[in-house]
Formats: sequence, C-alpha cells, structure tokens
Amino acid sequence: MTDAALLKVKLGLDVFKPGKEPHIRIKPDCGRDDRLRQVIPVCPAGLYSENEKGEVILTVDGCLECGTCRIFCGPDVLEWQYPEGGTGVQYRFG
Amino acid sequence: MEKFEVIVVGAGLAGLAAAWKLAEKGVEVLVLERGDYPGAKNVTGGRLYVNPVRDLFPDLWSAAPLERYIVHEGATLMARDRSVAIDYSGDELKAEPHQSYSVLRGKFDRWLAEQVEAKGAMLLTKVRVDDVIMENGKVAGVLAGGDELKADVVIACDGVLSLVSEKAGLRKPGLPKDYAVGIKEVITLDAGVINDRFRLEGNEGAAHLFVGDVTKGCFGGGFLYTNKDSISLGLVAGIHEYAGIGPSTDVPGLLEAFKKRPEISSLIRGGSTAEYAAHVIPEGGFRAISPLYGNGILVAGDAAGFAVNIGFTVRGMEYALASGYYAGETVLKSKEKGDFSAAALSLYQRLLEESFVLQDMKNFQEAPGVLSNERLFKHYPELAGNLLKDIYAVPAGPKGRLYPTLRKALTLGEMWAQFKDMREVMKI
Repeated sequence: MTDAALLKVKLGLDVFKPGKEPHIRIKPDCGRDDRLRQVIPVCPAGLYSENEKGEVILTVDGCLECGTCRIFCGPDVLEWQYPEGGTGVQYRFG
Repeated sequence: MEKFEVIVVGAGLAGLAAAWKLAEKGVEVLVLERGDYPGAKNVTGGRLYVNPVRDLFPDLWSAAPLERYIVHEGATLMARDRSVAIDYSGDELKAEPHQSYSVLRGKFDRWLAEQVEAKGAMLLTKVRVDDVIMENGKVAGVLAGGDELKADVVIACDGVLSLVSEKAGLRKPGLPKDYAVGIKEVITLDAGVINDRFRLEGNEGAAHLFVGDVTKGCFGGGFLYTNKDSISLGLVAGIHEYAGIGPSTDVPGLLEAFKKRPEISSLIRGGSTAEYAAHVIPEGGFRAISPLYGNGILVAGDAAGFAVNIGFTVRGMEYALASGYYAGETVLKSKEKGDFSAAALSLYQRLLEESFVLQDMKNFQEAPGVLSNERLFKHYPELAGNLLKDIYAVPAGPKGRLYPTLRKALTLGEMWAQFKDMREVMKI
C-alpha cells in the first residue's frame, strides 16, 4: 500500500497547469458503482477514495491523464474528457 | 471557419510522422496538440527500436535527441526473497547502426515537431479537440476550442484512448483486459555514476526488464532504462488484475516496493526523482486493433492499438512512427484521386499489411493470450529462485547430490505443467 503523503510529494515534482473545470466527474448517483470502487487501487495518482458514506469520490488535482479510470470504468460511470488545451500535466521528461 | 487539406490530431510520434510525410510533399497539414508543447502529454518506458523505421525517415536519426544506445539487455526473474538475472551483451549491440535507444518523449517529440514544422506543417499547441464534424456520414473536420476546423481528411493520432475515433463512430471504449497501465519515475543521476553502475562506456546504455514479485505475480513487470543523466524506472500492470486486488496492494505502492528491492535500490542510490508519469498502454495485440479507417478519417499509433509485448521486447513507438508514415502516404494517394472515402483510404490497411506493422502484430497475435498465464509471473520466478538457491547453497555438512535436489522441485506434475506452458509459449 502506498504512502499517500509520499505519493503527494511525487506528484508535486510534476508540472501541472490549472484548468477552469474538473475534466473528470463521477456521474450523478454513480458513487457506489463497483467499477469505481475497484479502480481505487489502480489509479497511479491515488485520486479515488471512499468517503464515510461509502461513496467513491474523486479529487482530480494531480491527475496524470493516463486513462486508466476511463478504460476501467467507462463512460457510463465517468464524464471523462482531457483537460482543456494548455492545462493539466505537462511532462518535461515523459 | 477554416479549411485545411489534412488535420492531424495529436503531436505524438504517429501524428508527427504523418505530418512529416505530408508536409514533405507540400500538403497543407495542421497538427493539433493539447499539451503546451509536443511531448507534454506523452510517456514512454522507454526505448525506441530504430531499425524498422530508419529508412522511412532517412535524414532524421543522425541529429535526433536520443538518450543512449542499448548495449546491455537484461531480464530478471524476481522472486519474493531472491532473484535470477540474465544479462545479454554482444558486439552486435555495440556496432553501428545501433538497433535501439533509450528516449524521453518530452525532449524527442518536441525536437521532432521542429523538424516537421521546418518542412512546412503547421502546429497548434494548447488546443484540445472536442468533437469531430460529421457531414453526410463522412468526417469533415474537428471542433477545437470552439472553432470549426474543416479538412479533407482527419488523421486520429490522439493516443491510446482515441476519443476522436470514438466520436467518429469507428470504435467503442476499450475493454480493461486489453490494456495495462505503465507508471514511471525519471531519476536523475550523474552520467559517470550511471556508466560505472551499469558497466557502460561513453553513451552506451542498459535496458532491464523484471518479472515476478514486482507486480505481485500478476501480468506485467518492471523496467529500467538508462538515459544520458537519468534512469527511467517503472512498471507495467494489467488494469483488470489490480482492480479490487485488495487493500494491501495498489499500483503506486508497487513502484515504491520495487524501488526498495535490493536489486534496484543500489542502482538508484543518490539519485533524485525528477518526474512521476503514468500512461495506459495497448496490450490486446492484433485482436484488439481498432478499425483503421473510415470516410474521411485514418487512425494511427496507440490510437489504433499498435503495440507488441512479447515479454523480452516491448514495442510501440516504431509502430506509431511507421503507421503515421503510411497514413501520410495513403492521404497523398487519396489526394491524387480527390477521393477521401473509406474505400480510397482502405489503402492504409494494405500498406500496413505489407509493412512490419501489421506483420508483427499478426506474427505475435498469440502473445497476449500466452502472457495471460499467471504461472509466468507468479510461479516461475519463485521456482527459478529456489532452484538457484539449492544449486548454490553449501551447507555445514555434506552437500546433497544436485540431481535429486533439483528433482524435489521439478516433480512430474511440475514437469507436465511446464510442458503445457511451453506448448503455449511456442505460439509466440
């Protein structure tokens, strides 16, 4: 299990440019979808978690735009688009 | 409303290769890139094999900002408490022209885009394509940043998810079993230290793959590539295997555990992580390739699913470069005829079938099935480690004969299982 603080530090090394709106949203009433629960350990940035009500929530800051959640959960569960042009992660090494 | 001859979505290797081919022949081509610069959204492991694409881009390679040419190929079976490594090197890997180079996409793609612009292609960065414009059942352009941009043909080189081909109705969202996620740290380290640690001279480089405990016995594995003054260290994990794997393991944690392995920690000691990156990788092989063309649209690179993993070699970037090249060639032929229908653009498929791109994909179409055998990742690394442990062990008293010792691990049941696995592996 990864150390959340360590992961934050790692994400802090990357260059992110803020956008106006979150580019990924959990669709209304989908917070208890099994696919979302299952993607929690797979997200490389650890952005999915479960709240005290048992719903999966997403913090989109630090998203690496890798596509894992789009592949795993699909468009039924997530409103998924890339961040608007010129925002989001900007890899210097890649 | 603007009209172009060709719009390329995505300034990765496929998109830039297509634009290169088209701009070279004077075609008006617009490349749209959502990142601040080409490469800003792109990730590789990574290593580029130059041989298959050397002649497609003849003047390109001498000045390309590649990192190191690979002269050490390593593979490690990583068991929980031990590991068994092979290291292959040879004069053929040191001889020019070198067959493969480590590469960093932030640097390489940006440079390649400059070469493509110098040939006359137009590049617009910080532009996200939001939709495709359909007219009479034909892709007629794209919607980007509120602007309608029209074109005779759109080449979708928008990466592994290819939302552009989805919106054009060419494909549906991919299935998790056909994809893996790669995560990577770039760890900076003095070039001299890298040379000493990996037994390299000058600009020589090393590549190493790790299988077994690195992914807790699931599909995937670790990788290490030496760059000029950094190390790319990461791993690839099958997406559907980790979903719901349990609270004790998560994908970011696999990389942390991998870095702490003694085989790795001594190699990266003193280095500092400069970047953490992640990207989905197509792993479905030939069976999972998406439709390659439609009316007014071609699909190239990761967007099409062009990638081949046969365990020892993991390739994608050459297929991106070559498929972009052949997409460009197809558009040139279509332009001569003034016909951008699916029938005319089907030439693309034929060109790919005649090239290494679809021939490799076909030749290795059994690989994803074979590599879905969990024993390869869970059982064999442990078995190899245990055999070597017994072979090398010297006890206080007399040492047992080798053959009976090995037979304890290699029971008839085990040999039969190995025979069956081998029969599968022979399909690759």
